[in-house]
Amino acid sequence: MQFFGGSEISPSPPTPTVSGNNAHMMYVFNRNGVCLLYREWNRPLHTLNAQQDHKLMFGLLFSLKSLTAKMDPTSAERGNLGVPQLPGQGCSFHSFRTNTYKLSFMESPSGIKIILITHPKTGDLRESLKYIYNLYVEYVMKNPLYTPGTPIRSDLFNTTLDQYVRSIA
Amino acid sequence: MAAICSLYIINKSGGLIYYKDYGSGGRMDTNDSLRVASLWHSMHAISQQLSPTTGCYGIELLEADTFDLHCFQSLTGTKFFVVCEPGTQQMESLLKVIYELYTDYVLKNPFYEMEMPIRCELFDINLSQVVQKDRVVLLGR
Repeated sequence: MQFFGGSEISPSPPTPTVSGNNAHMMYVFNRNGVCLLYREWNRPLHTLNAQQDHKLMFGLLFSLKSLTAKMDPTSAERGNLGVPQLPGQGCSFHSFRTNTYKLSFMESPSGIKIILITHPKTGDLRESLKYIYNLYVEYVMKNPLYTPGTPIRSDLFNTTLDQYVRSIA
Repeated sequence: MAAICSLYIINKSGGLIYYKDYGSGGRMDTNDSLRVASLWHSMHAISQQLSPTTGCYGIELLEADTFDLHCFQSLTGTKFFVVCEPGTQQMESLLKVIYELYTDYVLKNPFYEMEMPIRCELFDINLSQVVQKDRVVLLGR
């Protein structure tokens, strides 16, 4: 299965769906649930401390993944609820919306999870998340000094990401 | 194929009080539907905690590749959610109509005990009529 095409960054990023800066925050988790990156642009409300917040977010997505696999009306064969899913397996869930935010989610075959939280009126961000994944591959994974599984401390990645997120949302 | 796959109603503490299947890939067994319902209840609550701004009332629409899930929460905490084909429109209004039926035929039924599973014939009849009508409208487009 070809997942995201080549590793080259596509020359033109996907076109923005809504203009104006309305991205709230972004998380990147690896397959073990370690938060590799947390960026925050506009978040007035903090209900928990940072570590608890990351854990809750990872837990929510973990459970939503098995919930969506279980609820899938098109397939008669379903996994058992609560059994951990393999990375990239049966993950058909890509976004949810509440009255105050929209969460878009992408998981790579290697289990990297990218979560972007934006304004509820934002359109489909699947292509944008793929582009962010490409940025991650280019600026983080191809960096020889980066040890996989550690938090990302790359200024180049952060500035490019900020720029791109500002342009999409 | 039916646009609506299934309907769930859960009470304010997360217990499943009504489940109806409209032809999806095999009906879920009772245990699984109960677990899915209470899992949805907690996901809904967690999503409120993670909101970047105040005044969040939980997930309204969940989108997956093969289905959409629309959820409506009444003021008393009863949640109604339907699983439907991706991109189905006007599910919010359908949920409101179902809520109206619930208030008319379930809550006004003197034999109905609050927070208990719904066993009301009139509710069943009217619900299937509404869903049928909705299907006809969708087919007519």
